[in-house]
Amino acid sequence: MSAEVFSVFYQFADVFAFLILSAAGLAIVFGMMGVINMAHGEFIMCGAYVTVGLVNLGVPLAIAQILAAVTAGLIGVLVEFLVVRRFYKRPLDSLLATWGLSLIVTQSMLLIVGSAVRGIGTPEGSFAIGGYTFSTYRLVLFACAVAVLAGLYVIFMKTRFGVIARATMQNAAMAKALGARTGRIYAISFGIGTGLAGLCGALYAPTMTLIPTMGATFVVESFVTVVIGGANVLLGTAPAAVFLAMIRMALNASYGQIIGQIGMLVAVILIIRVLPEGLSSVLVRRGR
Amino acid sequence: MNSGRRLRAILLGAMLGTAASIVGAHAAEPPLKIGLLEDVSGDLAFMGMPKLHGSQLAVEEINKSGGILGRQIELIHLDPQGDNARYQEFGRRLLNRDKVDLLIGGITSASREALRPIVDRTTTPYFYTNQYEGGVCDASMISMGAVPEQQFSTLIPWMVEKFGKKVYVIAADYNFGQISAEWNRKIMKDLGGQVVGEEFIPLGVSQFAQTIQNIQKAKPDWLLTINVGAAQDSFFEQAAAANLNLPMGSSIKVMLGFEHKRFKPPALNNMHATANWFEEIDTPEATEFKKRWRAKFPDELYINDMGYNAYNALYMYKTLVEKAKSTKLEDMRKVIATGDACIDAPEGKVCIDPKSQHTSHRMRLISVGPKHEVKVEKDYGTIQPYWLGEIGCDLTKKNDKDQYTPSHLPKKS
Repeated sequence: MSAEVFSVFYQFADVFAFLILSAAGLAIVFGMMGVINMAHGEFIMCGAYVTVGLVNLGVPLAIAQILAAVTAGLIGVLVEFLVVRRFYKRPLDSLLATWGLSLIVTQSMLLIVGSAVRGIGTPEGSFAIGGYTFSTYRLVLFACAVAVLAGLYVIFMKTRFGVIARATMQNAAMAKALGARTGRIYAISFGIGTGLAGLCGALYAPTMTLIPTMGATFVVESFVTVVIGGANVLLGTAPAAVFLAMIRMALNASYGQIIGQIGMLVAVILIIRVLPEGLSSVLVRRGR
Repeated sequence: MNSGRRLRAILLGAMLGTAASIVGAHAAEPPLKIGLLEDVSGDLAFMGMPKLHGSQLAVEEINKSGGILGRQIELIHLDPQGDNARYQEFGRRLLNRDKVDLLIGGITSASREALRPIVDRTTTPYFYTNQYEGGVCDASMISMGAVPEQQFSTLIPWMVEKFGKKVYVIAADYNFGQISAEWNRKIMKDLGGQVVGEEFIPLGVSQFAQTIQNIQKAKPDWLLTINVGAAQDSFFEQAAAANLNLPMGSSIKVMLGFEHKRFKPPALNNMHATANWFEEIDTPEATEFKKRWRAKFPDELYINDMGYNAYNALYMYKTLVEKAKSTKLEDMRKVIATGDACIDAPEGKVCIDPKSQHTSHRMRLISVGPKHEVKVEKDYGTIQPYWLGEIGCDLTKKNDKDQYTPSHLPKKS
């Protein structure tokens, strides 16, 4: 029986980690900043490719993953400076600009690196409970997802930067009048968002096929989670991921992957119908 | 105004004269136009790239040796990027606007089924170069790849004998996966085996923790893996990480998707497949062929069976046209009807079966070891694509456009 209980937890943790890690970066870039970043998947792909490249050069996996996240973050700051900065007041145009960026990056990767790259293998081995065997690395992913949430909480709730960042997102003009350097705040926030996307790619790189379009497998889940979550990253994304993970896990287990996917999307439609501003609007109102 | 008109007349005359001289020089032999639809970007690019390369290699060789009936080949390649709507759009463009003499291409069975109705409305022949789930009885289509009676009818009995009677199936959720799973059910039933689980997975799904657990719960003796595309292939890495450790069989892994080259060993350990071609094949003809390929495309990740079939398709076309002394489909089909449409391919002699217009192949059962080394377990010799003929498809007597499966057989007339 304990094996069954554990397996339910394991499946939940697996889906939850996937949703949180896919969505964390987007929660900042789209949820907080309002930039519809269609290139989110490409930052994830960037993290994965940098990780695999570094591991093939002999860098230990964990360090390669951190460096990959940092690389994606720095590229994000650059992209913010060159492209995104111009579109803060035109969210629909930001959609087009980042979509174009996504196409350019995907095709360039195809031309430069080729259509497929050899994987690096999943570390940490496996363990057995009852009749089941599980990949230990999947629990590492869960731990990372929880750590990312905790990290975001600390950054945005407990630091001076976080206070100023939230003020800037809420009312940039007022924040600027009070002396906040809003341009820099935006750039750093965008960098954190893309860095988290890179981290997602870095963490999933050992478990997946690496192709230039791999980011696409994360994008639907990440947008769905952020849209359901609503504008507040901390109060929105995490509960949204818990909720979607439970639905998906239950449907996957009882009816298979197809129904799991359909069911999740139906749930999203229902929630958006009932709560157009996402889960966080309710939670924030309750809190007041 | 008068002088202007004269000038124009002179210019026009000069242009016509030049055009006439160009046409005159080449009128005897305009190039044969071949339309090629292969994905070289998108989710299936890694499999489509060798197909483009195989076609290019064959065209280069044929052109160098004097072309087909003295005519050079002009290859027009478009990249549908794995999108079936684009397959139809580009297919129409090649057939109606470019008026190609032959259409080749399509990776997935979905893309082939998207193209087929468009080809059927023309008199242009269509070559499909992939192995697939079988059953297409279509007068316009010539199939170069292996089909279930060559792949599943060899693989499944071997797996049952070697590993046991209980199988679990993971399959991509579209016509290829569904019909292949149907073949598996039929063959397992004939063998007294048991399908303990079937899971159909939407294309693009990349996370398999639940699937792995379902498999462990069902306790099969072996797995039939007919998952498709880069995302679904992540299954192998994740199953290895969870130490699933089951023997696996497939009609598309290793020789087609070269997963043993893309994943770190031992993720593909204990995989089995029946194939008419795989790069590790080491007969003198195959080695010679690989040398030519690698000379032109040194960076090829793997010369997969689709790329190899794509190469053969052009030589088969050359043979058909030269024997028929015509590029018309009906004349080529008269050659096929004689049963003498054969080429000496790198795998050995292969021929088109008159009734179904599918190709005979020399089939080998290959397995992958813990270091991803490929070993030939069994050589079945040449196997005819007999199934369609047995159930009543006879393209020498009757034109047909349907796809048949074990549960959808032609009506007896």
